[in-house]
Amino acid sequence: MEKIKKIKTPLSNEVIEDLKAGENVSITGYIYTGRDAAHKRLIELLKEGKKLPIEVNGQVIYYVGPAPTPPGYKCGSAGPTTSYRMDPYTPALLDLGLKGMIGKGLRSKEVVESMKKNGAIYFAAIGGVAAVIAKSIKSSEVIAYEDLGPEAIHKYYVEDFPVIVCIDAKGNNLYETEPPKYRK
Amino acid sequence: MREVNAKQIKEKVKELFLNANYCIGEDVLNSIKEASLKETSETGKNVLSMILQNYKVAAEEKIAICQDTGLAILFIKLGQEVHVNGNWEEAINKGVKEAYIDGYLRKSAVTDPVFDRKNTKTNCPAIIYTDIVPGDKIEFLVTPKGFGSENMSRLAMMKPADGPEGIVNFIVETVKIAGPNPCPPTIVGVCVGGTTDQASVTAKKATLRKVGEHNPDQRYADMEKQALEKINNLGIGPAGLGGNTTSLWVNIDYKPTHIAGMPVAVNICCHAARHASGII
Repeated sequence: MEKIKKIKTPLSNEVIEDLKAGENVSITGYIYTGRDAAHKRLIELLKEGKKLPIEVNGQVIYYVGPAPTPPGYKCGSAGPTTSYRMDPYTPALLDLGLKGMIGKGLRSKEVVESMKKNGAIYFAAIGGVAAVIAKSIKSSEVIAYEDLGPEAIHKYYVEDFPVIVCIDAKGNNLYETEPPKYRK
Repeated sequence: MREVNAKQIKEKVKELFLNANYCIGEDVLNSIKEASLKETSETGKNVLSMILQNYKVAAEEKIAICQDTGLAILFIKLGQEVHVNGNWEEAINKGVKEAYIDGYLRKSAVTDPVFDRKNTKTNCPAIIYTDIVPGDKIEFLVTPKGFGSENMSRLAMMKPADGPEGIVNFIVETVKIAGPNPCPPTIVGVCVGGTTDQASVTAKKATLRKVGEHNPDQRYADMEKQALEKINNLGIGPAGLGGNTTSLWVNIDYKPTHIAGMPVAVNICCHAARHASGII
């Protein structure tokens, strides 16, 4: 088993610079959830010059719409959703100081360029291993857009949330570097 | 006529959707186990072992394998000697609603796709395909279909001259474009022939055929083998992080079609390949 680097949120620039594509990381601290509908609302608020319901600077957003929480659990199954749907909204949040995104799948050129410019990390969580991931979520509260149901913005406290650095702040991208090694 | 009450239908549909969302089938489970022995990427091996652990936790604790518990799709064979007491569609939708509410499954259905996108909060309406068949039974095959993989599916209206090679290339190209997005290792369902609509539905149903079983027509079985080999040579790997397990299986079905055409529909299903079947 490869070494796992432990990091805490919010993410400092020193931590960001030290993270390299391919590293296994476990995240502890508060993170926010957000997916299509919540991103759309955040960007509309920005356009109107209004205050956002969450502090973005230094934070990590997890692209997830969790299953409802069964009795006796802290959170229902909660694996990552496919990230590219958030691409049109992402550069504006990175410009506000968003430092980390957790999701799965490809990102656009614009997002990667903005990550390099602003110094941010794209972490891959493993899609579909939602019951296991939910075990690392220790508390969950809805902090905005409750009407969106699973798409509401939640604040999670996570302990040792398992992810892989997929695209680092220099733009090194596992989705580009790894498959060619196994191509025949 | 055999009498079947709407309540029996509701209860069966509920039971099947709960079962499908919590417990993975033996065929998929065994195929991931086999793949983890053959995978050469260390990251790929780790991903496959996490997938196996996730199946175990979900089944033991009766929680959703994946948070995307999908849209509710049913393929039903309704015996023509069955008389349903009550409202057929309403009974099915009630079964779906109860499964998703009582089973703590995510409700993902929205009303209007463009403007309102308002969650129906029941995961209804279900998508129901019913074939009328001889007999006095009702056979259900249900699948909660997640959209990470659904979004990566494609349809091509190919020329008959494109032949088996063209079809295989289109399948492989579809998986290549999808890359890490549909949660590989995937199961690829294909239908060649029919019309745009029939090919799409049949490709979806083809994702539900058992992993490890080929099309009984050797010519189609050969295409399945070729497509799978080419797909796994792409190097995409588990979770798209590199490796030789990109798809677990390719199922190709076919339908009679028009003299002027050769539709090909490719429906991708993620490794949380959930389905359940039952009979009333």
